[in-house]
Amino acid sequence: MDRLRRSLLTVGLTLVLGLSAATAPASAEPSAIVVASTTSTEQSGLFKYLLPIFHEKTGIDVKVVALGTGQALDAARRGDADVVLVHDRPAEDAFVAQGFAKARRDVMYNDFVLVGPVSDPARIRGVGVREAFAKLAAAKAPFVSRGDRSGTHSAELRSWKEAGVDLASARGDWYRDVGQGMGPALNTASALGAYILADRGTWLAFKNRGDLTILVQGDPRLFNPYGVMLVNPERHASVKVKEGQAFVDWLVSPEGQNAIASYKIGGEQLFFPNAHAPGTR
Amino acid sequence: MPILHETLSRLWTLDRDVLAIAWLSLRVSLTAVSIGLLLGIPLGALFAVARFPGRGALTGLLNAFMGLPPVIVGLVLYLVLSRSGPLGSLGLLFTPSAMIAAQATLATPLVAALTRQVVADAQVHLGEQLRSLGLSAPRQAGILIYDVRFSLVTAALAAFGRAISEIGAVLVVGGNIDGHTRTMTTAISLETQKGDLSLALALGLVLMSLVVVVNAAAALLRGHAARAYG
Repeated sequence: MDRLRRSLLTVGLTLVLGLSAATAPASAEPSAIVVASTTSTEQSGLFKYLLPIFHEKTGIDVKVVALGTGQALDAARRGDADVVLVHDRPAEDAFVAQGFAKARRDVMYNDFVLVGPVSDPARIRGVGVREAFAKLAAAKAPFVSRGDRSGTHSAELRSWKEAGVDLASARGDWYRDVGQGMGPALNTASALGAYILADRGTWLAFKNRGDLTILVQGDPRLFNPYGVMLVNPERHASVKVKEGQAFVDWLVSPEGQNAIASYKIGGEQLFFPNAHAPGTR
Repeated sequence: MPILHETLSRLWTLDRDVLAIAWLSLRVSLTAVSIGLLLGIPLGALFAVARFPGRGALTGLLNAFMGLPPVIVGLVLYLVLSRSGPLGSLGLLFTPSAMIAAQATLATPLVAALTRQVVADAQVHLGEQLRSLGLSAPRQAGILIYDVRFSLVTAALAAFGRAISEIGAVLVVGGNIDGHTRTMTTAISLETQKGDLSLALALGLVLMSLVVVVNAAAALLRGHAARAYG
C-alpha cells in the first residue's frame, strides 16, 4: 500500500500544480468588458487594430465574442455581454424597444458587395441590386446564403424581397443555405463558383477567393450601417457600465472615429465612420 | 502542392501569439484531463467492483457517454453559465475556466468507461481473492486501480486526445476571444474561415506536434515507471 500512497500523492501533486497553473492567470482581470459583435468586424481584422489603441488609452481590456448579429443580440439579452456592436438596424431597434439597451449610436458603415464567378453565368455584372437578385433567381444560378440570422443574412433576405422574388417558392438546389459565418460561406462560394452577398470588409480581408470577383457594388441599397449599444444595466446588473460606456464613447469620439477610418487593407479603407454624420438617425 | 510549401514557410513566421495560444490549449486540456482522471478513475473502478441493481444499464449509459457530442456539452454548459443561467453569478462564461469545465465533462466519462473495462479485466484474475479477503468495494477498487495503473495511461491519453482536439465545446463556452480564450482548434477554425488556409494548416501542424510530444512524454514516463516499480 506504500506504493499506492506514493503514486496517489504524485497524481495529487500533478493535479494541484495543473489546476493552479490553469486558474491563476484567468482570475486577475481588473477591468475587462465583453463585446458581442459580428464575424464581419472580427474577421476583417478591425478589432485587432482598434482594441490595442483603446487599451493604450484607458487600460480597459475588451474581449470580443464574434457571432452573427442575431446571436450577438441574443447573448446580450441573456446578459452575457456588456456592449453589442452589430449591423442589422431593424433588429437593433427592436433590441432598444424591448429595453435591453437605452440607446443606440451610429458608429460606422461599410457596404455589401455582390460577389460571383468571373464568368458570370447569370449576367449581373454592373446592374442594380434589384435586377441582379431577380436575374439570379430566374437563372437559378448557384447562390450561397449565410442562413445564420446574421446582419448580412437579413440584408440578403431583404434583397430577394425587394427584387420581388418569393424565396420560399423559388429556392431549390441552386440556393445553398450554409448556416455559417461570412468566411466559411465565402469558402463555400469559392469552391462552388457560386454567387454570394458579402460585406466588403470580410471580402477585402478574405484570401481564398478562387475566381470570385465583385460583380455588383455601389448601389445605395447595399449600405451596411453598424450600431453600438451598451446593454441596459437595469436588465442585467452584471453589466460593467463604466467601462462599457467608456468603450461606446470612445468609438463615437473623434479619436475612435479616426482610428476606424485609418484601418486599411491593401490601401483600401474598410469601414467609414459616421457617428456624427448628418442625415443618419 | 504549392500550399504545402506555403504552409511550411508560414511555420517559421509563427509569432509569440501562437505560443500563447498553444500554451492555453495545453493548460486547458491538461487540467481538464487531470479532473477527468480524478473523477473518472474511482468512478470507473467502483462500477467494475460494486454490485448494485441497474448496473448493466448504467454501464451501457457510461459507455455511451464516451460519445458525448462536444457541441452539446458546450451548449448545455453555456446555458448553465450564462448570466441568465443557474450559475451565471459566477461570471465564468467566456473564460478558460469554463473551457476546462467543458472538456472535463467530456473527459470524465471517457476515463471512467475505459477504467471500468481495464479494472473489470483485472478482476477476472484477482477478484476471487479480494472478495475472499472480505474487502469492501472501495478497498477492492483501490487495489485493482493500483494493479492496472500502467494501463490507465492509455485512458489518460485518450482523454487528452479528445480534449485537445475538440472545438465544439470550447468555441461555445469560451467564445474564441483573441488573447484570452482562443485555443489551437478555434484559431485553426478562424483562419480557415478567413480563407487563410496555409496559416490554418501551419497551426494544425503545431497542434499535431503538441499531441505527439505529450504522447511521447507519457510513453517515456510509463516505461520509466514500469522499470522502477513494475
